[in-house]
Amino acid sequence: MSEPTAAESVPQFSLPGLEPGPEPAAVVARRGRRKVSATLIVGAAVVVLVVLAALVSFFWTPYDPVKAFPVDRLQGSSAAHLMGTDRYGRDVFSGILYGARITLMVGLISVGIALVIGTPLGILAGMRGGFTEEATMRGADILLAFPALLVAIMFGAVFGASTTTAMVAIGIGSIPGFARVARSGTLQVMSTEYVLAARASSQNSFRIARRHVLPNIAGMVVVQCSVTFALAVLAEAALSFLGLGTPPPVPSWGRMLQESQQFLGTFPMLAVWPGAAIAVAVLGFNLLGDGLRDKFDPKLNGER
Amino acid sequence: MVVRLAVNVVRFIVTFFVATVAVFALMRAIPGDPAQISLGVNASPELLAQTRREFGTDRPLIAQYFDWVSGLPQGHFGVSFVTRRDISDMIADRVQVSLILVILSMIVALLIAVPFGTLAAVRHRRTSGILISGISQLGVAIPGFLAGIMLVVVFAVGLGWLPANGWTPPGQDFGDFASRIVLPVVALASVQGAILTRYVRSAVLEVMSEDYLRTARAKGLGKLEALVRHGLRNASIPVLTVTSIQLAALIIGAVVVERVFVIPGLGSMLLDAVGNRDMLSVQSVVMVLVAITLIINLIVDTLYTVLDPRIRKQA
Repeated sequence: MSEPTAAESVPQFSLPGLEPGPEPAAVVARRGRRKVSATLIVGAAVVVLVVLAALVSFFWTPYDPVKAFPVDRLQGSSAAHLMGTDRYGRDVFSGILYGARITLMVGLISVGIALVIGTPLGILAGMRGGFTEEATMRGADILLAFPALLVAIMFGAVFGASTTTAMVAIGIGSIPGFARVARSGTLQVMSTEYVLAARASSQNSFRIARRHVLPNIAGMVVVQCSVTFALAVLAEAALSFLGLGTPPPVPSWGRMLQESQQFLGTFPMLAVWPGAAIAVAVLGFNLLGDGLRDKFDPKLNGER
Repeated sequence: MVVRLAVNVVRFIVTFFVATVAVFALMRAIPGDPAQISLGVNASPELLAQTRREFGTDRPLIAQYFDWVSGLPQGHFGVSFVTRRDISDMIADRVQVSLILVILSMIVALLIAVPFGTLAAVRHRRTSGILISGISQLGVAIPGFLAGIMLVVVFAVGLGWLPANGWTPPGQDFGDFASRIVLPVVALASVQGAILTRYVRSAVLEVMSEDYLRTARAKGLGKLEALVRHGLRNASIPVLTVTSIQLAALIIGAVVVERVFVIPGLGSMLLDAVGNRDMLSVQSVVMVLVAITLIINLIVDTLYTVLDPRIRKQA
């Protein structure tokens, strides 16, 4: 949920107000590096876990995640069914593994759409200025009034519920974030002396964008990718929960959660497993984003 | 200041109307004749023509757009093609429910976030500060509807303290209203509170490194006193920005939470309309949600100038 805002992009210092002057740079750098690793490693580890679950589901799941075994319906956890079974006797653990695949696919494609459209627009706005900038940023503002989930609900109404609709809608809803990040980064880079030098030596804009702007804003964009990924996972889960995401029988965490609703009184664990899966995946991408932000922006120095 | 307000209002109006074009165009991208859908395939041509006239769908798209848009400022949305009910009446009922839910949730979220965020900043190197940061990080990862389901499992199903779902208007039976609104508000507020706690913390941390706070300490104020008298007003500006962004997110989050708790708000109306392929209702509710978001932004943009004299001078 945490879109980088003014509050976060402003340099922050962890020094309390009364310390006598800044600490030596070496101390700050060392502390920065150490703090970075903790968040970054935990975040990366959780993300790797989700990716592994998805990869494993291509080769092996304990049971066929869509096949019903009515005899075994609504069982608790056991050696045979690690997370029990649902009302059709489907193995919940298999569904969770398979659901990781859907979650990652929706995240990858929607972040990809927003990245590929939003970043160049932001760079263009930052480099050109004037009317281009005004038009792009006003466009982003308008799109910002449509959160990804609302776009996805409208798309679901018009084009019908499907994974593709969800991915495209979440992607479109995430464009303004990338455009804003890319623009503010580009504005910073454009005011540096090496860009002035490059412009003075009459290099063309495309070359400046590729050689100077892109490498310098890459870190911020990667952070945005991770944060947006977490948002996409949340949006996909909400959509599937509402019946506007991945249609049955393909298992998705949001729909498993929705199907569990009528068994809350009797088999609450049916809600707990997919719920935990969603929370873990989102936590992983959020932590990864925070860790990367600390790493790429040393001024933040492990804050947050 | 007046200039800035005027610019903001013009921007609001332009954004709103561009949004109406986008929403209308998207909603009319669906193939199919609403009159035909409403009457079925066996309808007589005369009845079809009459229904089309009634719906206004016999007219060119541009005319239909202006019919719809010209009614919006007065709150006239037209009559649903599916339920044949006046959409304005339904929205008027539903918007109250949603606003009660969203505003209560935001108040509770701020009541959580401001003290805990400040505490986490003041004690950012102590266990309590780190603990608050950790818990808020966890809270951010849990969507509101998931928090809602977990609350139902524990407090409604497990302990039986509160009803699992449903809605009673506060004017009808306040006790029942209160008991039913606790869980949805806590579901929305705990997640929002976690998000805002993180922002309050980083805003207060930033203010704590400012020179004026050092001066305040130097003249003999305690750490907390200096922060309350000089720091919080400055920290409030980034927090206000995030609160406005989050209020918009909360309105959308409420759409899903309303579904969990079977609350008859705008979100349920939107989802029902989507299920019925009731496009005029969908586009009307969407525009109400977008308008609320834009109005919040307008108010917050204007509030800046009140809170921060530096911005006032820029304008």
